[in-house]
Amino acid sequence: MKAVYIMWLRQLKRYWRSRGRMIGFLGQPILFLIALGFGFGPIYKAAGGGDYIQFIAPGIIAMTALFSGMFSGMEVVWDKQFGFLKETLVAPVSRVSIMVGKTLGGATVATIQGIIVFIVCLIIGFRPMNLIYLPMAFVFLFLIAFLFTALATAVASKLEDMQAFPVIMNFIIMPLFFLSGALFPLNNFPRPIYIVSKFNPLSYGVNGLRMTLTEVIKFGAVFDFLILLILSGLIVAIGSYLFSNVEV
Amino acid sequence: MNKEKIIEVKSLSKKFDSFTAVDNISFEVEKGSVFAFLGPNGAGKTTTIRMLTTLLKPTKGSIKVNGFDPVSEKNNVRNSFGIVFQDPSLDNELTAYENLVFHSVLYHVPKEMRKERIDSMIKFVGLFDRKDDYIKTFSGGMKRRLEIARGLIHHPKILFLDEPTLGLDPQTRNHVWNYIKELNKKERMTVFFTTHYMEEAEKMADRIAIIDHGKIVKIGTGKELKKETKTDSLEMAFLKLTGHEIRDDESTTKKERMRITGKMWGTR
Repeated sequence: MKAVYIMWLRQLKRYWRSRGRMIGFLGQPILFLIALGFGFGPIYKAAGGGDYIQFIAPGIIAMTALFSGMFSGMEVVWDKQFGFLKETLVAPVSRVSIMVGKTLGGATVATIQGIIVFIVCLIIGFRPMNLIYLPMAFVFLFLIAFLFTALATAVASKLEDMQAFPVIMNFIIMPLFFLSGALFPLNNFPRPIYIVSKFNPLSYGVNGLRMTLTEVIKFGAVFDFLILLILSGLIVAIGSYLFSNVEV
Repeated sequence: MNKEKIIEVKSLSKKFDSFTAVDNISFEVEKGSVFAFLGPNGAGKTTTIRMLTTLLKPTKGSIKVNGFDPVSEKNNVRNSFGIVFQDPSLDNELTAYENLVFHSVLYHVPKEMRKERIDSMIKFVGLFDRKDDYIKTFSGGMKRRLEIARGLIHHPKILFLDEPTLGLDPQTRNHVWNYIKELNKKERMTVFFTTHYMEEAEKMADRIAIIDHGKIVKIGTGKELKKETKTDSLEMAFLKLTGHEIRDDESTTKKERMRITGKMWGTR
């Protein structure tokens, strides 16, 4: 437990100390929010979709959690290159606590980033439907962050250097993002793509976040919650296994 | 004389694809002794340490560290040693003190003893006035000293040192070795170190293994090695046993490349 705590604390300290870089990472979601929100807003409205900012804000918040989570995971590769991972790996602590500690740290950072974007959304006119659901929205935000930090951490345990990062970005993260319903509704997609999106864990995150922020909660939210939770547990287990086999 | 063995290695080999880094080596280290692995670059010193410290799975052979197997009883092995790696392994974005706290927590140093131990170690390596500075502001020698302090903080039974004094000035080298020797005598801490400084091996080690191309060429005390090779200095013995040809160090060049990429990415 202590091991998990100290690894979590380290991530948070590093986050706090590299604020500049972290603010840089907010640039992208905020750009998406403003460019797409105001750019497509009138078209969306004309097509009868309502207020596009209301639609897109949960998607962009989820995107922030996805991207920061992924990046936190990738920091494992830096730790490997700069030797710090060795120090962690020779320590007499279980690999599960290493995996959980790293993931919790990254997920906390990603959640904070998500909350900052949420605040930016409020500033440009986003209004949550029901404030009572807000804590549940944050739970969803955290789950998205946790799931994708865990995924990236597990993947990173297998990577030797950052060269693979652009590949992962383009072939995992971007497709996950575009096929999640974050920017546009998925029901109008051709059938095959729609089916693919059903296998995208981020779809459930976006859906859960959107429901808790802008709609009336339906049973679907519980389903989303369970999917995210089960997948997170699964990936933590796989990641712990991978960490027990890392050779540095 | 106590002949209890704390490290036992039998026919150990490690292959990377077709390259054999460690080739069927066997040796034993007595509890409470200082043991040196002496060899040129790329001889297999670091690979052996990585296998002893659970970081790498052997291809063949068996190892016992403090009575435990690094493959099947990893945690027990990890509880038995402290290590100073060849390459830096500190977190640059944390302070010296925070790095040591991180270590003490992972190594289960009780909370009430933590501050005292960290303070005394950090004073010992002469970095007390810099304890709240970030590692990224430290020089190479300071990092090394801090890593040595870190390796000792949990009072390990065995201390692994992979070229520990690389980049240290003679004063610090002397200071650090005196302390390690003292712990070695007082607490019977076993020391296993690699080096390519002959005089360091000769002066500090009770026994020396000369390793080259993954094989142990000779094991013995400094005296024995000189006698057997009929040379009058360990350096001559070393050259006689390992030849004069110059080796490249592949492993570090790859790491260097990664570090440069890292800098380009602007991280740390």
